[in-house]
Amino acid sequence: MTQIQTRTDRIAEATTDAAIHGRSLWRDALNRFLRNRAAVGAVIALLLVVAFVLIGPAFSRFSNEEIDWALMGDVAGQGGPSLANGHYFGLDELGRDLYARTIQATGTSLTVGIIGAAVAVIIGTLYGAFAGYVGGSTDNLMMRAVDILLAVPSMFIIILLLVMFGRSFSMLFVGIGAVSWLEMSRIVRGQTLSLRGREFIEAARAAGVSTPKIILRHIVPNLMGVVVVYATLLVPQIILTESFISFLGLGVQEPATSLGALISAGASTITFGTVWQLAFPLFFFLVTIISLFFIGDGLRDALDPKDR
Amino acid sequence: MLSYVLRRLLVAIPTLLVLIVLCFLLMHAAPGSPFNSERALPPQVLANIEAKYGLDKPLPLQLWDYLVGVVTRFDFGPSFVYRDRTVNGIIAQGFPVTLTYGTLSFLVAVLAGVSLGVTAALRQNTWIDYLAVGTSFSAQALPNFVMAPILVIIFTWKLGWLPGGGWNNGAWPYVIMPVIALSTSFMASIARITRSSMLEVLNSNFIRTAKAKGLPGRAIVWRHAMKPTMMPVVSYLGPAFVGMITGSVVIDMYFSTGGIGLFYVNSALNRDYSVMLGLTILYGALTILFNLLTDVVYAWPDPKIRY
Repeated sequence: MTQIQTRTDRIAEATTDAAIHGRSLWRDALNRFLRNRAAVGAVIALLLVVAFVLIGPAFSRFSNEEIDWALMGDVAGQGGPSLANGHYFGLDELGRDLYARTIQATGTSLTVGIIGAAVAVIIGTLYGAFAGYVGGSTDNLMMRAVDILLAVPSMFIIILLLVMFGRSFSMLFVGIGAVSWLEMSRIVRGQTLSLRGREFIEAARAAGVSTPKIILRHIVPNLMGVVVVYATLLVPQIILTESFISFLGLGVQEPATSLGALISAGASTITFGTVWQLAFPLFFFLVTIISLFFIGDGLRDALDPKDR
Repeated sequence: MLSYVLRRLLVAIPTLLVLIVLCFLLMHAAPGSPFNSERALPPQVLANIEAKYGLDKPLPLQLWDYLVGVVTRFDFGPSFVYRDRTVNGIIAQGFPVTLTYGTLSFLVAVLAGVSLGVTAALRQNTWIDYLAVGTSFSAQALPNFVMAPILVIIFTWKLGWLPGGGWNNGAWPYVIMPVIALSTSFMASIARITRSSMLEVLNSNFIRTAKAKGLPGRAIVWRHAMKPTMMPVVSYLGPAFVGMITGSVVIDMYFSTGGIGLFYVNSALNRDYSVMLGLTILYGALTILFNLLTDVVYAWPDPKIRY
């Protein structure tokens, strides 16, 4: 009798254990992501780039603003990459240490990408979730406005803003953030429309929860999968946009620099044979962009229920 | 069909007006006047200059004058920095150049991209496929401002085959590098879209039927698979065109081709507001026009879309 008792107890224990160790959506997605070798490789590459930005300055013998007077007269001849004189990546066209400059530029580009994407995600998610949840003519009006703004070429609007209100870091964020949320709001609205009719939203409404609270507590958390995928794909887009603007000389201003600005400077001096001035910034640019593309693709495969 | 086009036009026109008004107001909201310089001008001179350019009138009236000028006479007004130039003159001088290599790049991107994508799909999982997919994936990370210096290093600096810049009335050695630099990343995207779309179509039922009734492979691809394959490609042409318009600014700057892009960048650096405003509106109008065209072309072969 007692033996049977303990056996059933054990079975009950095992089944509750199994229930506790159920797999959540995120756990599932993580497993799927880890199986994607390209995406995992991309994460490692990106972490290396971040480590380079964070730890790299410790190995630098020069600051990013210091001009090496001894070598600046002959940058093309002696300014190349060398371990002996401490300029691991060589000198830039003014005789500054390119290693320190590349670290600074990579940091800027990553910051712009991440903050820009965060701004776009916050505005886009709230706007789209509100329009989709409220619906009706409000939704119609809000989405018409987005359609019209989307038809305007965004790059030119950002440049216009930068020229009119001064080329500063904050203006760059405002400009890029102001145009990148549009696509996000459309995606979020579409998802919200399908969530709106679900029972748990109805239950919340019946319980008397206010509209802003329903949107923030019940709609937005359920949108996270789509938002995460889109945000990851937005970061390289924003880095590309910023680099494009900096390439034209309209982005961040000296002494600040970004990968686009360094590529531009390197590209304009290659006739003197200083290939390293282009090669190092370009290398970090490509590694960052390509690994972000791969991570975004991997996350989409892992989180998007459509392609399963 | 006609009513569909008309309805799309009804959306496009307010969009264009919004663009013009938005840019105009942005320009006038900027702090400072375009004639502020290091050396302060006597107030009388400043007033005279402002009167000449119509800047002394109230803002709504200025906006109205500008709108009427642009809409009825296609007149973007004079440049604020170069006294002997008008925005129209700049467009007349630079736009043909931009249009020439822009059209060529667009054709190259579409033709090469579609052929690459179709070839890859038809030879799926062979080395041709892997090569095409690999090339197009890496080419996506090579936007025009990265391609341009790389091309110059290879073809001008190392090999010495092509001139590193200039236009020379569009002689072909001067056109090659701008076209390659501008089209590569879009060609890559088109190839990727074509490949996946073609693969999806080839696995669908109507293609199996065509195979089952014994049609030769070429007829299946050309007569049956090509049209549905092109649908996603056509819908990508709008964004691709916008990207190329934007990219042409880099091309004009880097290769000194003399197109409007260089004037655009210079006007941005010199705060030459009227040139900037005019060119932004021109770029925007081109975008809106092309999106309209893509929508119409997209609606035409698709039996699912009814107007």
